[in-house]
Amino acid sequence: MSISRRDFLKLMGGTAAAFSFAGVMLQGCKKTLKKAAENTPVIWLQCQSCSGCSVSLLNTVDPDIPKLITEYISLNFHQTVGGGTGDALMNVLHEAVEKERKDFVLVIEGSIPTKSYLYNTLGSENGHHIGADHWVEKLGRNAKAVIAVGQCACYGGIPAARGNVTGAMGVTDFFKLKGIEKPVINVAGCPSHPDWIVGTIAYFILKGKAPELDEYNRPVMYFGQTVHENCERLKYYRRGIFAKDWGDEGCLYNLGCLGMDTGCDIPVRKWNDGTNSCTGSGSGCIGCTEPVYPDTGKRGLYKHLQASIDEIDKIEHPQIREAVLNLKKNGGVING
Amino acid sequence: MAKVLIDPLSRIEGHLSIELDVKGGKVADAWSRGDMFRGYEMILKGRNPVDAMQITQRICGVCPISHGIASVKCLDSAFGIIPNKNGRLLRNLTFAANYLQSHILHFYHLAALDYVDITALLNYTGNDAGLNNLKAWAKMELETKKGRVDEITAVAPFLPRYEHDTYIKDQDLNMAAIAHYVQALDIRMKTHKMVTVWGGKVPHTMGLVPGGMTQVPTSDRVKQYEQILDEVEKFVNEVYLPDVIAVAKVYTDYFSIGKLNNFLSYGLIEESDGDTYDQKHMLERGVYINGKLGKMDPAKITESVKYARYSSPSNLHPSKGKTVPSPNKGGAYTWLKAPRYNGVATEVGPLARIVVAYMSGNEAVKGEVDALLKIFNADIGAALSTLGRHASRAIECKLICQRARVWLSELEVDGKPRNTYQIPDKGEGMGLTEAPRGALGHWIAIKDKKIDNYQCVVPTTWDASPRDDKGTRGPIEQALVGTPIADPKNPLEAARVVRSFDPCIACAVHVIEGGKEIARFRVS
Repeated sequence: MSISRRDFLKLMGGTAAAFSFAGVMLQGCKKTLKKAAENTPVIWLQCQSCSGCSVSLLNTVDPDIPKLITEYISLNFHQTVGGGTGDALMNVLHEAVEKERKDFVLVIEGSIPTKSYLYNTLGSENGHHIGADHWVEKLGRNAKAVIAVGQCACYGGIPAARGNVTGAMGVTDFFKLKGIEKPVINVAGCPSHPDWIVGTIAYFILKGKAPELDEYNRPVMYFGQTVHENCERLKYYRRGIFAKDWGDEGCLYNLGCLGMDTGCDIPVRKWNDGTNSCTGSGSGCIGCTEPVYPDTGKRGLYKHLQASIDEIDKIEHPQIREAVLNLKKNGGVING
Repeated sequence: MAKVLIDPLSRIEGHLSIELDVKGGKVADAWSRGDMFRGYEMILKGRNPVDAMQITQRICGVCPISHGIASVKCLDSAFGIIPNKNGRLLRNLTFAANYLQSHILHFYHLAALDYVDITALLNYTGNDAGLNNLKAWAKMELETKKGRVDEITAVAPFLPRYEHDTYIKDQDLNMAAIAHYVQALDIRMKTHKMVTVWGGKVPHTMGLVPGGMTQVPTSDRVKQYEQILDEVEKFVNEVYLPDVIAVAKVYTDYFSIGKLNNFLSYGLIEESDGDTYDQKHMLERGVYINGKLGKMDPAKITESVKYARYSSPSNLHPSKGKTVPSPNKGGAYTWLKAPRYNGVATEVGPLARIVVAYMSGNEAVKGEVDALLKIFNADIGAALSTLGRHASRAIECKLICQRARVWLSELEVDGKPRNTYQIPDKGEGMGLTEAPRGALGHWIAIKDKKIDNYQCVVPTTWDASPRDDKGTRGPIEQALVGTPIADPKNPLEAARVVRSFDPCIACAVHVIEGGKEIARFRVS
């Protein structure tokens, strides 16, 4: 069941206005935003990405895409949706660097490889590849603000996980490496939710500053509460009902749900126009907004299945401890 | 001879560039270059096998479900289980929805701007509120940005573009297409809602597990899916298919541009329960090489690396493959390997699936294909072309909508969505499926309940592959040769040919880890 935005506001109490920024709040300031968007365009760079965050952005409902592009965000450059090809497209970036444009917000999707620029190139000059790192560095220095969208750009994500051979890293680490002192706003998630992306960009465009950020530089308005706190299945947890296998009724903790460790508002915001959620569909949370993802405690996405005995000993709830031991004994999910 | 570089070949998934030699107004030679590398299989090693379903989806955000499906099939076979009927049907419905998503996105939002003249908006005189809003916005962009430092970005992201005199000239057709571009944004978003009904989330869906899916098919969920399906099916039949025909009528020359003759398909969507080798498919598994239909034998796949940025040995079967990235290797021009079937560079994707099904005597496919060919008074040979690829996608969407209704009706409402599984100490598995872009295979070896080896051979690695060790060009390179180029500074014709393949470079570039055979598979 999806929840109406009005209910949602009520539910969120004090933080509501900021929480649902991509929707309700913007309606009162549409004209101001349109004006601001004209003066603060967005350059969207894709590095070592899967394009999943771009596709997720296309799933935006309020505003929809035509509104987003004509009223909310002046999108100067985007490799996947842009009309241009080759030089006709790249001239936008070349000019932005040559003319030392400083009027734009730089959005980065995907991690940046540092072992060789050839691991990710974008455009050519005199027949030679240009590394994506070149654009991140040049444009990053001049941008009004830098917003990392998705887990790869924020913290390195999967390309930077254990086994990383390309020296992939997120924007914050890359800036540190290059001595660029510029704060990075991290819109986490694998992928990011379109509301989070639009809301964060619009907040900056409108207010000229970042929204309140947490210790991982994520907007508190989206990542300030855990999945568990708002979970559709919290009632089961409170009654001690735990699902033994996928699709069962109950709290998904024993199946390895990471909702207690993950800051994210999905159980109330939900995915794809309020259709469903990770926990709602019975799959549990895989912690995809946390910096350690996907090496969550080095235990994998379905963490309890690989938990060490020491780690299990630290689980305080006896019922859960027993269930995890059972899971391990059975080599996986308890057969229901 | 003019050297033409298209870098990046944008409006696709990922980082691809194309180098052309143009001679006498035609492409004399072509090189396809994959420009991004991450190293997924190395990252998978040592993890919980079930994690593979999540991690491999992140190979590509446009068709994550395909990787999810290949991965759970791979795990099914390694765990020695098969999904229950609900599990199979729920996977089919989830997969179907993402197919619709991917094909609609490709035609309207990736490919259409090669044909439709977006500047026609400025001359719009009709009453459609949405189009008038767009027109007002475009005019405002041109006026306010004139002479500014960001003048080049007026009407971005739609402009700047390759300027060319072969965009559609008919004002009404342009405006209809732009209106459908906008409508398709909404429809595409809704197809993703269909995925989420069962998968909880997309891109990167949650609900797939070995043995089936996690979402119980309640009657509410069934209704929710069906309602959106109604709307999408109407769009496919009344807008998408007619649009493909309308574009084809303007560009009949593209029936003879971008042509290829060799095709491979793993078979699309399971129509019966059981082992992967015995299952029936909605579109048949097979190869069609040099005018002959044959059985598809995975043992005949090899990958060569002479022109790829890897220093490891060449021409190995993927399951014996070894890959060491070597960015500066002499002579190498891409991160893509060159997969070959029995030494032949085969095209994979919608056209390959439709051709193999057509030649296998699939009645539904024959009916649709022949009806389209009749409009153009053409034979099946005309379909093996740039336009044939676009038409194949639209036909697939139509057939998928029809079948999705059947799968919905076969669901046991409120029944279990899955079979149970246990992660074995060791095991080997293979999962073959068809991503929207073509044949997709995953292979796994499990040791001590963890991933010892994981490999993917993905569609665009076939299509956008470089030359193999013998110097034979990859399919896209072959298809480009002979393409007319009117203006080497604006090589739009070549972009049309490449985009008709719907390349996905994030998928295509990956690493095969290991060096030992991980499994021997029964040959179909």
